[in-house]
Amino acid sequence: MTAYILRRLAVAIPTLLLLIVFSFVLMEAAPGSPFDTERGVPPQVLANLEAKYGLDRPMIERMGTYIWNVVTRFDFGPSFTYTNRTVNDLIEQGFPITLTYGFWSFVVAVLVGGTLGIAAAVYHNSWLDYLAVGVSIGAQVLPNFVMAPILVLIFTLWLGWLPGGGWRGGQVEYLILPVIALSTSYMASIARLTRSSMLEVLNAGFIRTARAKGLPMRRVIFRHALKPALLPVISYLGPAFVGMITGSVVIDIFFSTGGIGQFFVSAALARDYSVIMGITILVGALTIFFNLVVDVLYAWIDPKIRY
Amino acid sequence: MFAQKTMAQTADMAGLPAGEKGRSLWQDARRRFVRNKAAMASLPILLLIVLFASFGQFLTPWSNEEVDWSLLGNVYTEGGPSWENRHYFGVDETGRDLYARVVQGSRISLMIGLIGALVAVVVGTTYGAIAGYIGGRTDQLMMRLVDVLMSIPYMFVLILLLVVFGRSMFMLFVGIGLISWLDMARIVRGQTLSLKNTEFVEAAVATGVSTPVIIFRHIVPNLLGVVIVYATLLVPSMIIFESFISFLGLGVQEPLTSWGALINQGADHMRYVGWMLGFPLLFFTVTLFALFFIGDGLRDALDPKDR
Repeated sequence: MTAYILRRLAVAIPTLLLLIVFSFVLMEAAPGSPFDTERGVPPQVLANLEAKYGLDRPMIERMGTYIWNVVTRFDFGPSFTYTNRTVNDLIEQGFPITLTYGFWSFVVAVLVGGTLGIAAAVYHNSWLDYLAVGVSIGAQVLPNFVMAPILVLIFTLWLGWLPGGGWRGGQVEYLILPVIALSTSYMASIARLTRSSMLEVLNAGFIRTARAKGLPMRRVIFRHALKPALLPVISYLGPAFVGMITGSVVIDIFFSTGGIGQFFVSAALARDYSVIMGITILVGALTIFFNLVVDVLYAWIDPKIRY
Repeated sequence: MFAQKTMAQTADMAGLPAGEKGRSLWQDARRRFVRNKAAMASLPILLLIVLFASFGQFLTPWSNEEVDWSLLGNVYTEGGPSWENRHYFGVDETGRDLYARVVQGSRISLMIGLIGALVAVVVGTTYGAIAGYIGGRTDQLMMRLVDVLMSIPYMFVLILLLVVFGRSMFMLFVGIGLISWLDMARIVRGQTLSLKNTEFVEAAVATGVSTPVIIFRHIVPNLLGVVIVYATLLVPSMIIFESFISFLGLGVQEPLTSWGALINQGADHMRYVGWMLGFPLLFFTVTLFALFFIGDGLRDALDPKDR
């Protein structure tokens, strides 16, 4: 197991470095400098600015410094458009928010989707099954950027129950709509996956044996069927997590929640390269780490996996 | 005559009663697909939407760029859908005909979906089949590359690409082409691994058929079912992907538009008027529903073990 984890790390670290180098080269390839303004900057001022941000040094040297700072001190450097603020400041401000609603969306998607899937499989071909299938098919065509306006339309504009945006330190009523909008399509996928794998497991021989012994149905489901049925779901958790981090871009824009997505899009529109890079690398590191955790978890639970 | 005879002989060999024809894999699949009501109902709907996107602009006197000056100041009160002024879907916030914009947006969204699927079919199938058939170190290396590309937060990288190289249709296609084939490559490789050891491939090897010919003449045609199914399911996910980017204002540029961009604009005005959000959303969801149903129908028809 340790060897497996080490081997996965041996791939994960170069991947991350590759991502850093790739984004850095892209940034260099971009035409224009961050200080290009319409009126133009006097040459002396430009030289001073470039010296301040280190842009007068050769590219390889700057790339080396950048990677060194990111790896050793987790320092992404200053922002180009927010004066006097570093990329780290922006991440420190936005990331806890993203993490909060991302975490709750994840919990809701897994719990609701999993329960719905299991219930649909256990009561196969009942009204509950049809309801679960219907809901999960419907939710598939409702990605977060479609869910968000629909939810605001219903719960804010028509019913007036919940605020249509803002954060206020993450109070519950400000959290509900973002979490629903972000989790719906993943909930649907998890429900579908759980249902089909649970159906397969329930038809397996060892379940028939367990029932033939006279075990109560509840015990059969929770003690025998649940674990093998949830295996395919675990491997979906990696992509789901990545999708929720990506989805935070839409959530932050639409609900003005103030997470990293908001900084990312405004930086993208303002060509604030250091912010774009910082957030890309952060999300990349999280993605790689989370996929690693999911794979290790999978290998640990499923004895059939060779590692 | 000759064909008839061979058919009868085959039936005889398969142990079927005389006079009854054996059914091919494709005939079987067609029968299963036709029996799927949701998929069959989706086919004409999808056809209508494709016709709408192709020829819809001939039904309106308005173009997607023209501003109706008579409505510009009072879009909310007078700009709604109306037969008299030929704005069937109303106008958008700058007085442009929404019907013409939806036609144009549908064209872009459908095209993105098709191109994504096409790239996946060509690149993904070739890549996966080669990796799977050759195997060994080549396979390891090729699939490691796919792993690396998959663990990159592509949405963020695509936004970075769009920012650096400027927003254009071409960059959007490049970005979509870069990621769409990864899943397909994995699926095709898995299937190739199981096909590799079958008798007919062994026979081809024994008779001295060259490796490229084996891959493209013997392996790939046998993968067709799986490839078709996943390509169909890829179309809606590519449409969602592009709409996501356009929703953020980073996708196609005015006066061109797509469903995502239209939904975004509609959402800005939904607290006053409904048609700007309603019509694009209707086309988006109906198309996705149709594509998902057809994809599911094809999967049940061509990949029966997955049911």
